[in-house]
Amino acid sequence: MAILEVEHIQKSFGATRVLDDISFTLEKGKTLSLIGSSGSGKTTLLRCLNFLETPDQGVIRVTGEVLLDMAQPQKQTAALLRKKRLHFGLVFQSFNLFPQYTALENVTLAGSLLARERPDYREHKKDILAELEAQAMDLLTQMGLRDRAERYPHQLSGGQCQRVAIARALALHPDILCFDEPTSALDPELTGEVLRVIRELAERETTMMIVTHEMAFARDVADTVIFMDDGKICEQGDPREVFDHPKEERTRQFLARYRQER
Amino acid sequence: MEQILQQMPIVIGALNTGFLQTLKLFFVTLLGALPLGLVIALGSMSRSLVISLFTRTIVWIVRGSPLMIQLLIIYYFPGLVLHTPIWGGGESGRFLAASVAFILNYACYFSEIYRGGIQGIPRGQDEAGLVLGMTPRQIFFHVKLLQMIKAIVPPISNEIMTLVKDTSLSRIIALQEIIWAGQSFLKGSQGISGAIWPLFFTAVYYLVWNGIMTIVLGRVEKRLNYFR
Repeated sequence: MAILEVEHIQKSFGATRVLDDISFTLEKGKTLSLIGSSGSGKTTLLRCLNFLETPDQGVIRVTGEVLLDMAQPQKQTAALLRKKRLHFGLVFQSFNLFPQYTALENVTLAGSLLARERPDYREHKKDILAELEAQAMDLLTQMGLRDRAERYPHQLSGGQCQRVAIARALALHPDILCFDEPTSALDPELTGEVLRVIRELAERETTMMIVTHEMAFARDVADTVIFMDDGKICEQGDPREVFDHPKEERTRQFLARYRQER
Repeated sequence: MEQILQQMPIVIGALNTGFLQTLKLFFVTLLGALPLGLVIALGSMSRSLVISLFTRTIVWIVRGSPLMIQLLIIYYFPGLVLHTPIWGGGESGRFLAASVAFILNYACYFSEIYRGGIQGIPRGQDEAGLVLGMTPRQIFFHVKLLQMIKAIVPPISNEIMTLVKDTSLSRIIALQEIIWAGQSFLKGSQGISGAIWPLFFTAVYYLVWNGIMTIVLGRVEKRLNYFR
């Protein structure tokens, strides 16, 4: 069964329609790459899934549970919205780490705040926090940052910052981890180390949606590719099909421009 | 010179008493204006047009007119024009009126600094907190507050140094602070008259106090230097 089902998402900013009838599904453990030119709506789509934007129309379901249905708008209480958000994780283009916290604290902060809502928090505070920290250390180790745990973001390279941000998102065990151009703020050398980490996550069957301009990576790592153009899904399918035998003229043009640039 | 040395103990005693009043006004102003500034900052950023327009108008009036005039109006207006003296008589009444004027004036300046500090934090910090399931309240206290404090310490320090000197304006309503104390030896007080040097000497007190403030505030700034 699909872990994520998105149906007929529509979104306008003023008179500009940025998302037009977006529908797709994503299977558990699979990776979806979203490609397309800037302004085609990829980022807005991720932001809708993470409830940073509200679509005008459409349905979002995760493991069958309706998270959003604009046809039957219910009043979203803040607490409910927060719970729904936790189905998704989001890694930003600009990392958005918290500068006053160490790498380790960046990873544990949200978890330790959420833990306060647990009924047994007062009783087992020490154990709970120790467990969160151990788990965060494991994640940082997995990201190759074990010896950077006590550093502050300004003491880390861009690639290291982004890997901390990935660990931070993973710490809350999201069903679907979203990446919004995770390497666009990095130079080519640092891009490699971040892509390697994402590739490892794909091998471990983490369910992911990746907005990227790294075409070779998108083709390689993804189980499905969606090409977006002007707010619509222009073409979607197996990456080898979409990249090597695109059906749509618009996809062909887009890919040709990328190949020229190499 | 010999005369000055003779007058010294009496003058220093009087100046010390006056400076205590200066410091009292200084600390009361900070205690009131630092939190009130935050309220005004939130008011001027309010989504309600009425609240934001109202607050911004007050800030404009307070920042746009001399503090000395504000002192005079706040102290004399209720009694002289409305015939309802609300401040009470004597030194305590003058101190109360001066405190209100200074708190209001400095809160308006602080509010603009706070506003800059709050609005200067990148939107991404909010969004990162939100997608990690934090409440807006948690985002404010655990993510943004310290960044905001770091951003506003230098401009607030500036205002605090100005405040030390601005307290002298309360001389205009005869608050018995250090300028008033220094000036009293011109007209004659405790057997000394026609002496101008005590008034000049008051500057040393301001200098020393601002020196201490520079060191203290510099330390605070340094303490926050561990992140960027």
